[in-house]
Amino acid sequence: MSLLDLQRDMRGWLTREDEAITARLGVGADPGLRVYLNNYRAQLVACLEESFARTRDWIGGEAFEHAVIAHIARVPPSSWTLDAYPRDFPATLALLYPDDPEVAELAWLDMALGEAFVGPDSPMLDEDLTRIDWDRAVLRFTPTLDLAKLTTNVTAIWTALADGDTPPGVAMLPEAGAMIVWRYAGLSRFRAIGEVERQALLSARQGLPFAALCAAMIDAYGGDEGIVQAGQMLGQWLGDGLIAGIETR
Amino acid sequence: MPISRHAFGLGLRKPHYAEFLDHRVAVDFVEVISENFMVDGGRPREILRDVRARYPVALHGVSMSIGSADGLDPAYLARLRALVDEIDPLFVSDHLCWTRIEGFNSHDLLPLPYTVEALDLVCANIGRAQDALGRTMLIENPSSYLDIAPAEMTEWEFLAVMCARTGCDLLLDVNNIFVSATNHGFDPLAYLDGVPHDRIRQIHLAGHSQGSELLIDTHDQPVPTSVWDLYAHVLPRLGSVATMIERDDAIPPLHELLAELAVARRIAAGDARVAV
Repeated sequence: MSLLDLQRDMRGWLTREDEAITARLGVGADPGLRVYLNNYRAQLVACLEESFARTRDWIGGEAFEHAVIAHIARVPPSSWTLDAYPRDFPATLALLYPDDPEVAELAWLDMALGEAFVGPDSPMLDEDLTRIDWDRAVLRFTPTLDLAKLTTNVTAIWTALADGDTPPGVAMLPEAGAMIVWRYAGLSRFRAIGEVERQALLSARQGLPFAALCAAMIDAYGGDEGIVQAGQMLGQWLGDGLIAGIETR
Repeated sequence: MPISRHAFGLGLRKPHYAEFLDHRVAVDFVEVISENFMVDGGRPREILRDVRARYPVALHGVSMSIGSADGLDPAYLARLRALVDEIDPLFVSDHLCWTRIEGFNSHDLLPLPYTVEALDLVCANIGRAQDALGRTMLIENPSSYLDIAPAEMTEWEFLAVMCARTGCDLLLDVNNIFVSATNHGFDPLAYLDGVPHDRIRQIHLAGHSQGSELLIDTHDQPVPTSVWDLYAHVLPRLGSVATMIERDDAIPPLHELLAELAVARRIAAGDARVAV
């Protein structure tokens, strides 16, 4: 048996309990193989439990355990780092809870907060805002900024669970928006945003100059209201620590 | 890189971060799990930089997969190299095992057969890793729950040839020797006498637990007498080495680990009256 064959058989044992490896190594290998299988599963269970604490609080320990077992069977780990393993768990929960969109959204929030915590560093904004040429300004966002579609009140649910309070019941939002996650001053943060801010944020992150963003807002909402909305968003983004730099082009 | 005298350290774990950063803990070095800090940024990298400013740091990896039949992961090596360049560690180590094959990563230290084929492959992979990292690696003997027959050599013979062919050094885990010897029925003293003593740079001491049929390397217990006895047997045969207590679960207060480390210091000083 080649080393490659042995390693493929061991993978089959760990991921599918394929007994080809037992046949190769003999029945005497069974206790050892069970130790490795237990170690493999225990690592992944611990990783998901640690990464999705609020999701576990929400659906309950037993349901979470079933979801973890389903996920480990559906998605074997592929990255060298266990930090990557949580990334596909929200998709598994979306399959398991097709009628409960808050479950996958809550899981995404858990996952994204963890990713932001170890995401790339960026310098704090150090600009004299009164000296910026806003007609030529392009906003540079923190590299930890991530966003996902939001249809439910999971941001309120997450906050209540984290605070040890009774969470509110699930409520669908009047219109879909997004939740954003980022790290500022060493802490992962999140906020629910509406569709207007989501579009503006995506455009600005792709390099749309702030003046063009203002023009788009004026086109959509009229002169005064458009300018007010653009200014409020800029103020919010600056206050949140979402903007890591301002370039002029 | 040889060290000039015996050194004594601890594995740096989250419950003790504040004590290591707020006080001068009486250790010669700390060891961290490399992968925990091979992240893009954030608090973990800040903590490691702060710790490195106060203590020498050894980087101990669990995911290089030096025994993968399909070779090493270049992205992994690049990330580890970046960390090595930033931290300038005392040692860089990983295990004689495999964790990954063809896109699957087990996140467990899986055993290798002790065959000529595996030896050739491990030596080639160590050579590539050392070239990528620009430095000599330490390879740690694993705990094992499978004795993959037919073996063409013992584990210690495998390690000796591996060191001779690649120039790598050894991280000798004494607890792992005890666990594997118990599970597979070999003589741990023969192992300790058979490894190349001049290549041992670091020693791990840890505890284990009795499973239903096998001894399990759990790192959740104090170092037991059986492991201290093996340590006392091998230490006089070695040059200067860096000894550390490795605890990963049921982590006790720091003073308890420092008390265990004091036992290692007394053994190294030749105190025959050490009570363990």
